[in-house]
Amino acid sequence: MPTIGDHDHSHEDHERTFQPDEEDSLGYYAIAEMAVRELLIERGIFTADEFRRHLEVADHGNQALGAKVVARAWTDPDFKASLLRDGSVAVAEYDVEMLGHTRLYAVENTHDVHNVIVCTLCSCYPKPLLGLPPDWYKSRNYRARVAREPRKVLAEFGTFLPEGVTVRVHDSNADMRYLVLPMRPAGTEGYTVEQLEGLVTRDAMIGVTVVGAPV
Amino acid sequence: MTQQDDDRAPRGYHDLGGVGGGPVDMTEHVLEPWEKRVDALCGILVGKKCRLMTIDERRDAIETLGEDKYTSLKYYELWMAGTMNLLIEKGTLSQDEIDERMDQIRRRLGLEAEE
Amino acid sequence: MSARFAIGDTVRIAERYPPGHIRTPYYIRGKTGVVADVLGAFPNPEERAKARDGLPELPLYRIRFRQTEAWPDYDGDPGDTLDMEIYHHWLEPDKPAERSG
Repeated sequence: MPTIGDHDHSHEDHERTFQPDEEDSLGYYAIAEMAVRELLIERGIFTADEFRRHLEVADHGNQALGAKVVARAWTDPDFKASLLRDGSVAVAEYDVEMLGHTRLYAVENTHDVHNVIVCTLCSCYPKPLLGLPPDWYKSRNYRARVAREPRKVLAEFGTFLPEGVTVRVHDSNADMRYLVLPMRPAGTEGYTVEQLEGLVTRDAMIGVTVVGAPV
Repeated sequence: MTQQDDDRAPRGYHDLGGVGGGPVDMTEHVLEPWEKRVDALCGILVGKKCRLMTIDERRDAIETLGEDKYTSLKYYELWMAGTMNLLIEKGTLSQDEIDERMDQIRRRLGLEAEE
Repeated sequence: MSARFAIGDTVRIAERYPPGHIRTPYYIRGKTGVVADVLGAFPNPEERAKARDGLPELPLYRIRFRQTEAWPDYDGDPGDTLDMEIYHHWLEPDKPAERSG
């Protein structure tokens, strides 16, 4: 049994992780998470501090990092070559740490090929670059359809490819985590890297959309 | 070859490629704090420091929860259910101590116990 | 284990249906594709899923399939492709004699 002191301590930890104005449905599994976390912290498996650090990553995500990498590839041919050769090596300078055995694998959209990513078995996603995946990426319909009817799914996202463009679906079923390198839109010749970053969207890096020309 | 004439395992309910379905719902919900807490807890348990389980084990645990749970639970509920099963299976925690702690937490937060 | 197949080789995905945590999607088993990339060696996740070490590491490949091979009724462009990663133990050379052996 935990001592009273331990108990009070973990209680305070909870108070601090709550945002009272935010919706937080405390169903069975939400309570189970608290219970498991408290028990494991008491056993010394990890500390409350380590948990908070992990929570910050989940909180803030890192979607902007993907856009930074794409804009850099558009403006720096050596970096682009490195990214396409070995994504993990190329992004190491951004302090990106891929999880477990996974590696970053970038695929380039061209005038001839459009790439789109799915994980039909679960929801594999390049989290260190794009943050946590959107609901639709994890949804049954996306996972069940895009490998078989990619053009129809792309159309639902408003993406209609010119005649002659090959669609290449990547089923992210093992150790690679895929990042689509979208095509740099026309009309951005004089743009700075920062301006280009602002154009890159998460969905374009998954491949369900393209990066539109600036308006 | 038909399904009946060999001993092939049935297709997993999570193995969805090409199964087909309706339009993709593009509505995105902002993750609730409890979902982020589950993400963080599961992340820490497979992380370099703890290595209490692998992502592969967690996936397997989710793939063996049963199709009813797979289709009815929310994404992070599945993660938590799979993770709990693994912790219990490995003997790290027991169902009884988890239940007992959950009761304490509900009382602490002033929540009614579930059934 | 070092890579047994090279980029450009035609390979067939084993038509096996084992129980357990399997990383070769159901829909691609028995299909024929071409090695698009050789990725190095990785522990076997099908073993790691059962709390084993997954060693020795297995060569992992990216295999490219024509969509029309994956789905005979595919109605997009016939040049469209589907890429995925396949661990070595799921690959067979695309030679009928070895295939049946």
